[in-house]
Amino acid sequence: MPDIVEIHNLRKAYSDGFEALKGVSLNIKKGEILALLGPNGAGKTTLISTVCGITTSTSGSVKVGGHDTLTDYRAARAMIGLVPQEINLEPFEKVISTVRFSRGLFGKPKDDAALEKILRQLSLWDKKDSQIRALSGGMKRRVLIAKALAHEPRVLFLDEPTAGVDVELRRDMWEIVAGLKADGVTIILTTHYIEEAEAIADRIGVIAHGELLLVEDKDKLMARMGKKQLVVQLTKPVDALPDILVSDAVTLSADRTKLIYTYDTRAERTGITKLLSDVATAGLVLSDLETSQSSLEEIFVGLVKEDAA
Amino acid sequence: MNWIAVTSIYKFEMARFFRTMTQSFVSPVLSTSLYFVVFGAAIGSRIQEVEGISYGAFIVPGLIMLSVITQSISNASFGIYFPKFIGTVFELLSAPISFIEIVLGYVGAAATKALFIGVIILITAFFFVDITIVHPFWMVLFLVLTCVSFALFGFILGIWAGNFEQLQLVPLLIITPLVFLGGSFYSISMLPPVWQVISHFNPVVYLISGFRWSFFGAADVPIVTSLFAIAGFTALCLAVIWWIFRTGWRIRQ
Ligand SMILES: Nc1ncnc2c1ncn2[C@@H]1O[C@H](COP(=O)(O)OP(=O)(O)OP(=O)(O)O)[C@@H](O)[C@H]1O
Ligand SMILES: [Mg+2]
Repeated sequence: MPDIVEIHNLRKAYSDGFEALKGVSLNIKKGEILALLGPNGAGKTTLISTVCGITTSTSGSVKVGGHDTLTDYRAARAMIGLVPQEINLEPFEKVISTVRFSRGLFGKPKDDAALEKILRQLSLWDKKDSQIRALSGGMKRRVLIAKALAHEPRVLFLDEPTAGVDVELRRDMWEIVAGLKADGVTIILTTHYIEEAEAIADRIGVIAHGELLLVEDKDKLMARMGKKQLVVQLTKPVDALPDILVSDAVTLSADRTKLIYTYDTRAERTGITKLLSDVATAGLVLSDLETSQSSLEEIFVGLVKEDAA
Repeated sequence: MNWIAVTSIYKFEMARFFRTMTQSFVSPVLSTSLYFVVFGAAIGSRIQEVEGISYGAFIVPGLIMLSVITQSISNASFGIYFPKFIGTVFELLSAPISFIEIVLGYVGAAATKALFIGVIILITAFFFVDITIVHPFWMVLFLVLTCVSFALFGFILGIWAGNFEQLQLVPLLIITPLVFLGGSFYSISMLPPVWQVISHFNPVVYLISGFRWSFFGAADVPIVTSLFAIAGFTALCLAVIWWIFRTGWRIRQ
């Protein structure tokens, strides 16, 4: 089955000459949740805006459901729902009329039952006749989601849906996203919160300075992340690793004064006790012990720094 | 063509209009009545007749044109500028619609609103003066064409405007003087010869003259010229809209 979103070598230079996307290629699988992480100004919003038709690309191509977003934009855009980063709503409109407008704009015939279902799902049904200016910030964000869902899109872009949202609403949002995924909607969301990506994404992409630095299954990334290292500092250098210590998990540092043992924190047994007794058996004397863990945060910060250098 | 989208935009805009019903209707009725009191009664009692028509009746077509032109421009320019200003334009840009559908929705709504107001002023006028419309078909045609063409113009203005000052400046500095000097309250033939010549460069003169002809059968300029003027203006606006559509000017970054 072809991927539902195919972004190929997408470039975007703004009119002031600034290149916000420098050749991004990314395929998004049907039904997955992809989280895009990246610092401010990385190009996340630009990427989403270009896919959705709000900005034009300089070069490259985007296909949604096999439809090119330029040549076959009607079919492509009909599949897409977008929740923008900024809360852009008409303050004097009623919730229900603005949601109904969104559905009509996408060419879908009036269907109040469908809208009721969406509004109930987002706990907005009570507020359907309220003016938008009378809603709280969190409710306004949900109205934006309701508008994006009004035409029953197959692909949903959420640009920082949980920015400035309290813990409870964030949990609600995650549940909504999970519910949409269960309905078969493909979801792409951007976020600055690593734990958010960990909590809901199937895959994680990292973008910085207009380049996609990494896209990987969350589980693989977590497995990499779950690894911990134990560094055993020896009192004096050894010529080689003693036979008893030779294994895949143990390496000797370049200056031959440190043993580096990699283990999985989530494993039933870490093997540390055995390692230490083996060290003693080999007649080595240790002067210090140190552990370190690579987190997604570290991977992320490392990647972004590396890219800036 | 995505007709559901066109009607959605149209209905949404019309709903805004009916929500502010009092504002939309009371103000034109009130200002027209004032014009009748001031121009019709006060000045009319001295002028009495222009080209064989009572002065009070003579100013009716001009008054309607004045309101209709101003309303078409402000409705259409505001209609498209507002989403740009508050950011909801993202939705128009990401929807499976082309620029043509956006234009149809917004311009259609703006023209309808202006038409409403024109009709209301006409009805109000019946309370003040005796009028018979000699060429009703042409009257409606002129009215509708004026609504549509100036709504197109207003739409272009709304796309072009970068801020509220610009949005108000063009109607204030260009349109209002042209309309006031376009013969709303007098016949061009009443002007000194130099000003008669200058007036012929004012496109609004042709509109008002043609519209007045449809009421009374008398005109300042030949009716064919009036028709060409309005058709030319509409064509020009359509050409600019087409160009905006091709280039995405001031719409997409
Ligand atoms: N209209 C514009 N004109 C010129 N440059 C722009 C424009 N919009 C965005 N940029 C620039 O493009 C770069 C990427 O911006 P973008 O909004 O895509 O970042 P982002 O990853 O969404 O950031 P954030 O996390 O802050 O939302 C930034 O350097 C920004 O200054
Ligand atoms: Mg952004």
